Amino acid sequence: MEQVMINNLGFPILTKLIFLPIAGALLLLLIKRTNEGLIKWISLAVSVAAFALSIPLFTHFDKTTHLMQFTEKHAWIPSLNINYHLGIDGISILFILLSTLVTVLCVLVSWNSIKQKAKEFYISILIMEGAMIGVFCSLDFMLFYLFWEAMLIPMYLLIGVWGGPNRIYAAVKFFLYTLVGSVLMLVGIIVLYYQAGGTFDILALMTKTYPYQLQLWLFWAFFAAFAVKVPMFPVHTWLPDAHTEAPTAGSVILAAVLIKMGAYGFIRFSLPLFPEASKAMTPVMLALSVIAIIYGAVICLAQTDLKRLIAYSSVSHMGFVTLGIFALNVQGMEGGILQMINHGIVTGALFLSVGIIYDRTHTRQIADYGGVASVMPVYAGMFMVFTLASIGLPATNGFIGEFLIILGGFRANQGAGVLAATGIIIGAGYMLWLYQRVFFLETNQKVEGLSDINLREIITLLPMILLIFWIGVYPNLFLDFMHESVKHLLERVNAGGAETSIAKNMMEILK
Amino acid sequence: MTPFVIPNLGPLMPEIAMTCLAIIVLLSDLVIKKKEAIAYLSIAGIAAVTYLLAVSSGVTFSGMFIADGYSLFFKLIFVLNVVLTILISVKYIEIENVNFGEYYSLILFSTLGMMLMASAGDLITLYLGLELMALSTYVLAGFLRHDVKSNEAAIKYFLLGAFASAFLLYGISMIYGLTGTTDLHKIGESVNRLIGESKASSPIHPFTHSPLLLSMIMFAVAFSFKIAAVPFHMWAPDVYEGAPTSITAFMSVGPKAAGFAVLGRVFMTAFASAKVEWSGILIPIAILTMAVGNIVAISQINIKRMLAYSSIAHAGYILLGIIAGTSEGMAGVLNYLFIYAFMNIGAFAVVIMLRTEGFKGDNISDYEGLAKTHPVAAALMLVFMFSLTGIPPTAGFMGKFYIFMSAVSAGYTWLAVVAVIFSAISAYFYLRIVMYMYMKEPKAEVKLSSSPEIALALAITAIAVLIIGVLPSKAISVAKIAAGF
Repeated sequence: MEQVMINNLGFPILTKLIFLPIAGALLLLLIKRTNEGLIKWISLAVSVAAFALSIPLFTHFDKTTHLMQFTEKHAWIPSLNINYHLGIDGISILFILLSTLVTVLCVLVSWNSIKQKAKEFYISILIMEGAMIGVFCSLDFMLFYLFWEAMLIPMYLLIGVWGGPNRIYAAVKFFLYTLVGSVLMLVGIIVLYYQAGGTFDILALMTKTYPYQLQLWLFWAFFAAFAVKVPMFPVHTWLPDAHTEAPTAGSVILAAVLIKMGAYGFIRFSLPLFPEASKAMTPVMLALSVIAIIYGAVICLAQTDLKRLIAYSSVSHMGFVTLGIFALNVQGMEGGILQMINHGIVTGALFLSVGIIYDRTHTRQIADYGGVASVMPVYAGMFMVFTLASIGLPATNGFIGEFLIILGGFRANQGAGVLAATGIIIGAGYMLWLYQRVFFLETNQKVEGLSDINLREIITLLPMILLIFWIGVYPNLFLDFMHESVKHLLERVNAGGAETSIAKNMMEILK
Repeated sequence: MTPFVIPNLGPLMPEIAMTCLAIIVLLSDLVIKKKEAIAYLSIAGIAAVTYLLAVSSGVTFSGMFIADGYSLFFKLIFVLNVVLTILISVKYIEIENVNFGEYYSLILFSTLGMMLMASAGDLITLYLGLELMALSTYVLAGFLRHDVKSNEAAIKYFLLGAFASAFLLYGISMIYGLTGTTDLHKIGESVNRLIGESKASSPIHPFTHSPLLLSMIMFAVAFSFKIAAVPFHMWAPDVYEGAPTSITAFMSVGPKAAGFAVLGRVFMTAFASAKVEWSGILIPIAILTMAVGNIVAISQINIKRMLAYSSIAHAGYILLGIIAGTSEGMAGVLNYLFIYAFMNIGAFAVVIMLRTEGFKGDNISDYEGLAKTHPVAAALMLVFMFSLTGIPPTAGFMGKFYIFMSAVSAGYTWLAVVAVIFSAISAYFYLRIVMYMYMKEPKAEVKLSSSPEIALALAITAIAVLIIGVLPSKAISVAKIAAGF
């Protein structure tokens, strides 16, 4: 069966999307480092152009099929049957749009805060963008791995060069954690290559069935890479350090896109490649997810550092995402994917907001704030929206995602659903308490006389607010993208084995 | 009695040309006062040798000398190595005050030795080439006559190298005693017969032929010395640190590649039927090499020592290709060594630039803040460090990837897992250099000794590392053809 659709746009849009930012980075190389203004404007122009270029994906996407769209395929390393194979489906399209949007915002938010080595900074951001897009549209494992690892270099530099006081520790920790996970996946990929008779093509690999024992091994090899990236419970410790120490743009990219790649990896690779193993491991994955949700949320209550608190809230929110994915039903999966986008928007926005106020006060300690609402009313209003979205108030996007996930979670395992729901309650607790301590109470003298946010900063935050309400009020526009792909994926996962049919029967009886 | 017939010299032409070149360079030193001219003369001569390499092939001297795809590929690595070394040497030996013409001549003689090794079809040719290479390199290691460390390096290298040669000779004499020949192919036939006999005599313990096993161990030990594999690596850190940096670069690529050339040729030809046994010898060596190289490198404060341990570790990865024992594995070895030549010499080229009049610049702390004072040099070093770690899109990744693939394909998945874990550990010390350059403030003003030659070498290596990293297809397919010997 043909698994791809011909690119109907008439030009290789994905290639252009990947290499436009990289070409922009090369262009920056040629510019004198003293000419910072030009460097910034070029980066902005390139990132806006990339965002504009990604719009046709949104408008021309065929929502009625699970097939890969906008595909391109060229021989790359023919002697090993490695191809330059790109394409997107309903699962990956939204992430590409998110990546291009977030990059624009990152350039905007860094406008005045990056004072040294600006040239290298913007080069890193743009290369990062190219690699991120590459990860989401690669259909060849080798190509995927190339982008997946190449991302480490600019991210390492972003954290380590422009980060906070403890940046070197955070950067090395980030790098080593992710690298160890990734190399294990690399061996897994190679094993898969020989198992499937010499192909790295993801679509071809997905049509084959692998022995159960091998599936288990490979599932854990891939788990090593994806769980670190998500990050799931026992391997999450790099995230608070990396998020906290990274510059605002770095935190935003990490929160909005990078950690989504782990969950994306589970959906794109682990589930369809190793369906039996995935199903067998569901209890473990659900347990780890629930632990992450509750543990992450409880730890948030004890944080004194703004960014660290948001970082731990990411651990909790990503727990929801993995819970939804491994619920292995339509609601959970769609909720999980949507929640990834939501979390990217909301947490990205929260980091942007923190960055905006950090530029003024140069402190991240919650105790140094208080009464900000009276000095910066507009800012306080916007932050309120993000806080409520993070909590999951109805009419914001967070509600839709978490609701779907918990729905799916209940269907998969009632206990997991109940426990996950407590995470939302604690979430409301720590977010509102944070808001209270920062924006209300007595005005801290450190925040007296701060200027409210300027036009550039409003432009940075506005798209996020629009998206929060857009998804919150009319989620179908976004869910429609993934229906077919998710349905197809779950068919593949739930197809094999008597085990499933028993489970299905039980579900019918329960109904 | 058969009349004396002049053997076919065709396949040997590159070596003959290389010999002439080395002698001409040595003699021209007497008349040419500007030593840079000798460097250019050498490069011009090497260009001619390269041309001859492309047109000569065949077997001659009754199978003692083989010029095939395998040897050609290695010779290209040697030629590359010598050209890049000369380019990074020109300014450096001037700074070190050892600007003598015989420096170039010795490098050429050493390369000639490597070329003979790669083409050896007979243990005698192999030994001759190995000694020619080793003797020239001993002298080069001690080229800084007034530097105690350089003297120490030369003596240490010489003594341990002599031991290695003794091991090799012992192995050769034992195999001669067993088979009555020094020709690799004939040895291969005899070994096959010996193993068949011992299998027939004791089917439960099929391999009881201890003299053969002992002889293989001797070979493995001798070659392990040359490629600096653990536990025969002890010389490497001291010699790498003490030798002139340009020679360190030269040694870390050339003799290592030559060691792998003979390792591959001898084990895959002469001992092909004893594959199970010798992979049993090489597997522990490979694991130890990766472990010691990567772990000890973490604690180094001198960059030359760090790169020495790094080069030990890389020998460990490359051994995986030999252990795989397939033509794919050999292709992985060839491909890796080719890539390694670029990235390692590139890294050393940056190290050499930090050496200026009165400033050694070989401590890792000297790299603090280099990105601020010399952004281009720092960016190049960054590329080489990431390549040595094996992070895409650099060539180092493709090299490792291909080696690991061959290991998995030969059924050594667990060994590949061990290798990738150590390779992840290696990220720590390579990234430390990047961290010093980019994430620390410069403490003292560091000057760079730049020259057009070194700039050219850096351009070649950096571009190659990035191009092969993105488009490795050509290198891999050529290596694949060359490995089918």
